[in-house]
Amino acid sequence: MSEEARKPAGRKKFELDPKLSEYRGIWVFVEHERGVVHGVSWELMGEGRKLADKLGVELSAVVMGSPADDPRKFCREAFVYGADKCYLIEDALLKNYRNQPFTKGLTDLVNAYKPEILLLGATTLGRDLAGSVATTLKTGLTADCTELNIDAEIRSLLATRPTFGGSLLCTIQTLNYRPQMATVRPRVMAMPQRDESRSGAIIEATLSLLETDIVTKVLDFIPDENSNKVNLAYADIIVSGGKGLKKQENFQLVRDLARVLGAEVGATRPVVQSGWVEAERQVGQTGKTVRPKLYIAAGISGAIQHRVGMDSSDVIVAINSDPNAPIFDFATYGIVGNAMTILPALTEAFRKELHGRKAVVA
Amino acid sequence: MEKFDCIVVGAGPSGNAAAYTLAKAGLSVLQIERGEYPGSKNVQGAILYSDALERIIPEFRDEAPLERHIIEQRMWVLDDDSYIGTHYRSDAFNQKPYNRYTILRAQFDKWFSEKVAQQGVLVICETTVTDLIMDGKRVVGVRTDREQGEVFADIVILADGVNSLLAKKAGFHPELNPGDVALAVKEILFLPQESVESRFNVNEGEGVVIEMIGKITQGMMGTGFLYTNQESITIGVGCMLSDFKKERIPPYLLLERMKNHPAIKPLIQGGEMKEYTAHLIPEGGLRAMPQICGDGWMIVGDSGMFVNAVHREGSNLAMTTGRLAAETVIDLKRAGKDFTSANLASYRSRLDDSFVMKDLAKYRDMPGVFHANPQFFTTYPELLNNAARTMLTVDGGDKKSKEREILRSFTRSRTLPGLLSDAYKMWRALR
Amino acid sequence: MLHIVVCIKQVPDSAQIRVHPVTNTIMRQGVPAIINPYDLYALEEALRIKDKFGAYVTVITMGPPQAENALRKALSFGADDAILVTDRAFAGADTLATSFALASAIGQIEKNMPVDLVFCGKQTIDGDTAQVGPGIAKRLELELLTYISSIESVNAAKREIVVQRRSEGGVQVLKTRLPSLITMLEGSNEMRFATMPNMIRAAKTKVSRWDRVAAGIEDVSNIGLKGSPTVVSKVFAPSPKTVKAEMVQTESNDPQDLAASLLMRMFTKFPQVREEIARSAN
Ligand SMILES: Cc1cc2nc3c(=O)[nH]c(=O)nc-3n(C[C@H](O)[C@H](O)[C@H](O)COP(=O)(O)OP(=O)(O)OC[C@H]3O[C@@H](n4cnc5c(N)ncnc54)[C@H](O)[C@@H]3O)c2cc1C
Ligand SMILES: Cc1cc2nc3c(=O)[nH]c(=O)nc-3n(C[C@H](O)[C@H](O)[C@H](O)COP(=O)(O)OP(=O)(O)OC[C@H]3O[C@@H](n4cnc5c(N)ncnc54)[C@H](O)[C@@H]3O)c2cc1C
Ligand SMILES: Nc1ncnc2c1ncn2[C@@H]1O[C@H](COP(=O)(O)O)[C@@H](O)[C@H]1O
Repeated sequence: MSEEARKPAGRKKFELDPKLSEYRGIWVFVEHERGVVHGVSWELMGEGRKLADKLGVELSAVVMGSPADDPRKFCREAFVYGADKCYLIEDALLKNYRNQPFTKGLTDLVNAYKPEILLLGATTLGRDLAGSVATTLKTGLTADCTELNIDAEIRSLLATRPTFGGSLLCTIQTLNYRPQMATVRPRVMAMPQRDESRSGAIIEATLSLLETDIVTKVLDFIPDENSNKVNLAYADIIVSGGKGLKKQENFQLVRDLARVLGAEVGATRPVVQSGWVEAERQVGQTGKTVRPKLYIAAGISGAIQHRVGMDSSDVIVAINSDPNAPIFDFATYGIVGNAMTILPALTEAFRKELHGRKAVVA
Repeated sequence: MEKFDCIVVGAGPSGNAAAYTLAKAGLSVLQIERGEYPGSKNVQGAILYSDALERIIPEFRDEAPLERHIIEQRMWVLDDDSYIGTHYRSDAFNQKPYNRYTILRAQFDKWFSEKVAQQGVLVICETTVTDLIMDGKRVVGVRTDREQGEVFADIVILADGVNSLLAKKAGFHPELNPGDVALAVKEILFLPQESVESRFNVNEGEGVVIEMIGKITQGMMGTGFLYTNQESITIGVGCMLSDFKKERIPPYLLLERMKNHPAIKPLIQGGEMKEYTAHLIPEGGLRAMPQICGDGWMIVGDSGMFVNAVHREGSNLAMTTGRLAAETVIDLKRAGKDFTSANLASYRSRLDDSFVMKDLAKYRDMPGVFHANPQFFTTYPELLNNAARTMLTVDGGDKKSKEREILRSFTRSRTLPGLLSDAYKMWRALR
Repeated sequence: MLHIVVCIKQVPDSAQIRVHPVTNTIMRQGVPAIINPYDLYALEEALRIKDKFGAYVTVITMGPPQAENALRKALSFGADDAILVTDRAFAGADTLATSFALASAIGQIEKNMPVDLVFCGKQTIDGDTAQVGPGIAKRLELELLTYISSIESVNAAKREIVVQRRSEGGVQVLKTRLPSLITMLEGSNEMRFATMPNMIRAAKTKVSRWDRVAAGIEDVSNIGLKGSPTVVSKVFAPSPKTVKAEMVQTESNDPQDLAASLLMRMFTKFPQVREEIARSAN
């Protein structure tokens, strides 16, 4: 993205180079690791469906993997989440993610089938791959988007993303280049409904590459110890604490409430920077985007950089001693008070509530 | 081990003036500044007096980031909800070369420092000088807070500002007496250029200064000020540190109240605060001045108490002392003489010949007078304002009676001998 | 001796940015410029390799003349050489055009001394794209290693490097050849304090300035605005929804009462939250 805002595009009538108009359709790259598709791929499938319908084109999934991963299974899932077609490359070389074979496979597919829009998740894998593919294809790429739209008249992708640390948003277009590429943050788009009745055609392609052509070798993979524990982005209940908790010891109150609720613990950046919790728990612009059903924010001011990471939560409960704290401008429920006394009271109230229900059930 | 002709500690106006002058004469100079960049730690309500800078960089007007040249000076004496004052505006101030400008120190210092670096000074920031390295009684270098942080020089110039810890540590400087320093708080309020110009009735590039005295300092010894910049207004108030301590008034509150004074509020309405800062100003004058040079060292600028509090001049004294110190060094160096205390004494005589010492000598009693007589900040502003109100209110009373009433109000508050003695004190101090 | 090139960028401190309401441009005036924080991890890692194995470290930046300050700072940390690639023709570059220009300049550096490793930050805090690194790697045909959390070994003789790379669910241990390009993950190290001799050396060093031609670029169609496929069509401040929170208050405002009141109201209006809690608490 260039930094200077330029003249709004489209003021002058824009004409797409005829050579580029043969590029048609929207592709979503389906990212998977150890047998599981990353949620962002399905979120993108949902979003891609809307864009495809606006353009009146097909939505396709791109699946790449080794036979050991059973990638066909992911193609079928892609249809259930809205894809019309699926491009598949199945090759043992694709066992673990490596830049070179994935870049080769994806660029070859693009060159052969010419999609007009190619979307990937803004994950470590997605960003690594998208940057390489875009440079190889010499096309534009808008990274880390939070909103996608279409200017139907000129068939242009309007990719909106935060810039300058989230204090601003900008909308970026790739006019006379194809495909138009974008990576999108996980958890920004809603997860689409599954439609089990859907299916579609799988188009297979081969990877024209040998292991001896690939320079980088994977020596080992060390899965995160707590990988199934810290899964903030996909948690349904999150209890987060901010600098208003004053001391590391007080952060235990957040953990206590989270334990009772079976929730994940989140935090603001200053809390992470003070070392009260691990960096993986940071919510916001430079942390995770979350969209739980319930987000409890204790001692959090609600700065824009934190807010963008959590304000699509279904219900937000804010506890803050300052009645003018910005968080009350967008929370669902607000309690003005001292988090150090409110948090234990909430923990107790939820505990009672849960016990009461169990008693009724039993 | 690196050794330089000269090390300058600090990159404020005094340090920059010294470093620039030295390097221009071909000396090798290392300048050390603790701030992230020159200007990052410097607060100034920011009037630049051209003359002092012109003697160092004659072409500064074409390059320096200047805000507005001053064409009007107002002096206000404020009561709680009124003021009486004078305005002096002259088209003479609109003739080039202009005499005074408003500046924003952060930008100005950055520019000045670039000029210094262009002269060949090695400017090092984010580095604090922690100690002077002594060889017996002689300063031979400085120690910094960095690894392998010792550097040496034939002479060290201390331009480290009002709270010169170095001079104190080395015993050149006594602890600051709270009665000799003012604490000033200041805000820069962002306002569109058009608003600045219409509110102060000036054209593009022209500016106004308002100096204020009276109830705004709540009986403490001090003054308020307001300057117009290009797209902002600087407003601030400063009082003696000892008074703040005694009265227990938080400085920001004082400024907040001042901003709400009915005479000031409309001028700054809608201004968006860009920065808030607090800084000390050495106002003890000549009586509080420390020793200013010794074997291998010299003091310039605020750290030597070179401030004319009455006329709110500081940066010009800083630049002038910096330049004169440098010229002393250059002359000694050319003459092949050592930087001993005795040889450096010519710095003192250069100062004596300049406006610096002459002005400081003139006002040597001023701080004491004001300090011992708070009536200058409370009673008189009230009396003057009441007098004006009485005279200007048309209510059927005759003017003669009004005059008598005013006179009575003065003698009632201060008694005749009191009034006479105040007048005498003022006359003595200003003489 | 290894030759390492580190790409750094001078960025405005993003916490202090504002948008001009009329022109929609970014107002950089008065906003302090800093070295992109992520690039410091890259630089420090390069300097650690220098300390351990011996290396010559060149820092490079593409930017306006004042970006020289960023380079000087890098020199003070211990880099050996600094190059400022600056030319009006580069203005308005997006990531593709930026990586083209940097790749070309690194190509020129290589003419004097072959390059074994290029380091970039994970991403910048103004552009935030994380694309420039991969872009340079592809153009120079370097092995691309993104999100590297640590460098396990560098074998100059065998021209091999072993690194740990962060991926979504774990850490990959990768072995590849030199030359390669590494984008360094945050938190992987901590920038050292510059020593006084290095500060003085940095202040003395003359930073080379390369224009377009010196950077080996003849054709302007690949750089600056012209070489940028993407166009910023709009810059705007986020306009978040403004539905104020329903404030929970009780007569006593006693924590227990407040908690009970919240639960009652929330569970009445959002029964699904109650279901979710019951489910997840088990
Ligand atoms: C480029 C950039 C990226 C950033 N990225 C992120 C990010 O990803 N995530 C993030 O969170 N931040 C981020 N920030 C920082 C962000 O701007 C804010 O500084 C941060 O979110 C504030 O954290 P906080 O609310 O915990 O602390 P504060 O702003 O200090 O707020 C503390 C709050 O606690 C309240 N409080 C005090 N005492 C009590 C009490 N006893 N009981 C209850 N309430 C109390 C106070 O009223 C206040 O509202 C970023 C900033 C920048 C510049
Ligand atoms: C609110 C206010 C308003 C003013 N208004 C005016 C005005 O309108 N006009 C005017 O002429 N004067 C004014 N003055 C006075 C003027 O600002 C000072 O007299 C002038 O800045 C003095 O310059 P200096 O170089 O001696 O010190 P400073 O400007 O204070 O510079 C000292 C420098 O040394 C650095 N330093 C300190 N210690 C160390 C160390 N140990 N190691 C390394 N570096 C160090 C500091 O970071 C600083 O940059 C005002 C002052 C204030 C506070
Ligand atoms: N103008 C530039 N000059 C030098 N390096 C850059 C420049 N822009 C980006 N980089 C490098 O590329 C990395 C990723 O940048 P970005 O793609 O903008 O997020 C940065 O961390 C830098 O190492």
